[in-house]
Amino acid sequence: MPSNKTLHADPTASGDFRERDISVFRTPKGLTRATVEAISDRKKEPAWMRERRLHALDLFFAKPMPNWGADLSEINFDNITYYLQPSEKNVTSWDEVPPEMKRTYDRLGIPQAEQKYLAGVGAQYESEVLYHNLQKRLADKGVLFSDIETGLRTHEALVKEYFGTVVPSSDNKFASLNTAVWSGGSFIYVPPGVSIELPLQAYFRINAENMGQFERTLIIADEGSYVHYVEGCSAPRYASGSLHSAVVEIIVKKGARVRYTTIQNWSKNVYNLVTKRTKVYRDGVMEWVDGNLGSYRTMKYPSILLMEPGAHGEVLSLAFAGKDQHQDAGGKAIHLAPYTTSRIISKSVSQGGGRTSYRGLLKVAPQAHHVKSNVRCDALILDPASRSDTYPTMDVQNDDVDITHEATVSKVGEDQLFYLQSRGLKPEEAEAMIVNGFMEPIVKELPMEYAVEMNRLIQLQMEGSVG
Amino acid sequence: MLCIDNLRISIEGKEIVKGVSLAIAPGEVHAIMGPNGSGKSTLANALAGHPRYTITAGTVELDSTRIEALPPHERARAGLFLSFQYPMEIPGVSVLNFLRTADEALHPSKEKKVTHPGMAMHASSFIAFRKKLVSEMQRVGFAADIVTRSLNEGFSGGEKKKAEMVQAVMLDPKYLILDEVDSGLDVDALRVVAATAVELQKKGKGLLVITHYARLLHHLKPTHVHVMVDGKIVQSGGAELASVVEQDGYKKYAQ
Repeated sequence: MPSNKTLHADPTASGDFRERDISVFRTPKGLTRATVEAISDRKKEPAWMRERRLHALDLFFAKPMPNWGADLSEINFDNITYYLQPSEKNVTSWDEVPPEMKRTYDRLGIPQAEQKYLAGVGAQYESEVLYHNLQKRLADKGVLFSDIETGLRTHEALVKEYFGTVVPSSDNKFASLNTAVWSGGSFIYVPPGVSIELPLQAYFRINAENMGQFERTLIIADEGSYVHYVEGCSAPRYASGSLHSAVVEIIVKKGARVRYTTIQNWSKNVYNLVTKRTKVYRDGVMEWVDGNLGSYRTMKYPSILLMEPGAHGEVLSLAFAGKDQHQDAGGKAIHLAPYTTSRIISKSVSQGGGRTSYRGLLKVAPQAHHVKSNVRCDALILDPASRSDTYPTMDVQNDDVDITHEATVSKVGEDQLFYLQSRGLKPEEAEAMIVNGFMEPIVKELPMEYAVEMNRLIQLQMEGSVG
Repeated sequence: MLCIDNLRISIEGKEIVKGVSLAIAPGEVHAIMGPNGSGKSTLANALAGHPRYTITAGTVELDSTRIEALPPHERARAGLFLSFQYPMEIPGVSVLNFLRTADEALHPSKEKKVTHPGMAMHASSFIAFRKKLVSEMQRVGFAADIVTRSLNEGFSGGEKKKAEMVQAVMLDPKYLILDEVDSGLDVDALRVVAATAVELQKKGKGLLVITHYARLLHHLKPTHVHVMVDGKIVQSGGAELASVVEQDGYKKYAQ
């Protein structure tokens, strides 16, 4: 085991990586026990969390890489920085942000201050006043909303009770990795009967470490409560680190409802390997709205464990793969109780040599009778160089169920394009219109401003790829 | 004036239209009649720029703009509209959104170019556009909610043809080609479609009407009738020629 001596801070720091006032702290490249201990030290965590991390690290080393899904063979775990403390100072230089991304920001009409935030350059642009007003309103209702480090500090018992209960550290290699080196992410607790009308966004957290590569989010919706959480944002986010491996755990208690919306638009150098799962109890409702536009490789299958009768779960998954991208996405519904229902809708578009895969699981346990489930996956392929595959898995162990599964693969037809062009649309506008229409059933579930931006982003993605 | 001069059109190397010339002035209605396979629909699609059809010779001039080599959207922007024999279904794209986008593409001078669609759309002009669309749709027998439905998706054959005519009214082209707009229509729908075409004629649009049968021409009186057989116009005349064809068929033109 390497000693702490091998851990040294960034040369610009004073040599003591524990010093609080240095602007940037980072662990050296590569992953060892010392890396994990340094992260835990840095966060001044309770011993149980440190133990969790170290145990998960052993699991990470022991587990093989997945031999299915996207090609991950190029990942070099020794060449990754596992912890980089964000600071008030810039973590990335504006000059490093790829020019095509800056152009996209400009064309989306995003103000420069916000552009820099999105690009990971500099602090967040939201005013503190806005943040504090929001926090006050939430606090009045007893809602907890903070980064997970704060949650662990101020509500340790609550975090300890639920952390790792939905996604155990042994779940998969990347869940182990996340548990070992997690940093940043949101912690939300909504008390019984409380509804939060406006979507909560990570955006609003001040000093949040939400640019992190190994975010860990924990949401607990107590009985009869409602919250809509929006992760990330649809504008492209520049990541200097090439591996993003988050874990999101959600507990939906009796009669509660949670909607979790993600529009992932990481820069094209990122491996995005994320485990998202929820446990839904009696009469609870969970809705995952999961859009994947960016990254180099994505593997993400938001999952729902239907624990008690009356529980309902939905996954709306949307993927767009352009040149060099592979989006391996989908959803999982696991029915563990009778009278539970689920719906999975997946829409994927591949273009310019991109590849999409739908990967889904529908599982019905022997005791789960009167289950209803509807799975639908549609793929649209825009050119002969692009590809789409479907990998649906069904494991149904009860006969008294009502299950439908539909899958379609279509190509944009010459006649459809001609029809739209004959009404004055340029070829790329015509194609974007067809793609937007194809995705509409999911895009309409997004908050308005995201839906508008989504359509625009797709149009930008398509420009230059046609004609 | 829409001037078609000695146009020759091929599909995959096979010549289908073998030298057709027509001159359509604003306010005129030219009908092309002919048997199946005579090249009528090929002419219609090639004029609009369908990529499967190759114009091998001849010229097309729209108000002195040469359009035969332009991509389809530029022909549309020059003022040409094709009513499709088989209008395409576009799932998830509402009739309103589609026509609004097309209108902005065709008539960009109407308002400032939008940089952020949906946001920058001027509310007042959008509301006016929507109102006009709803009223035009209702005039041809649709319910108001048609405008929020997906374009042509689940429309019957007759509804598609009626919707094509409403598109023509909304998008305000200079010249229209109606490709078998009367096929698959019941009597009532035929009357509605013909009435809309007559109104467009009265507004000074030039119409090229491609049809199999004369029955449309009882409602929409052509100023010129052309008989097309085997890729050529074999006879031209006035409205009376349609009645002759209706009575005698195309047998006498057979080679």
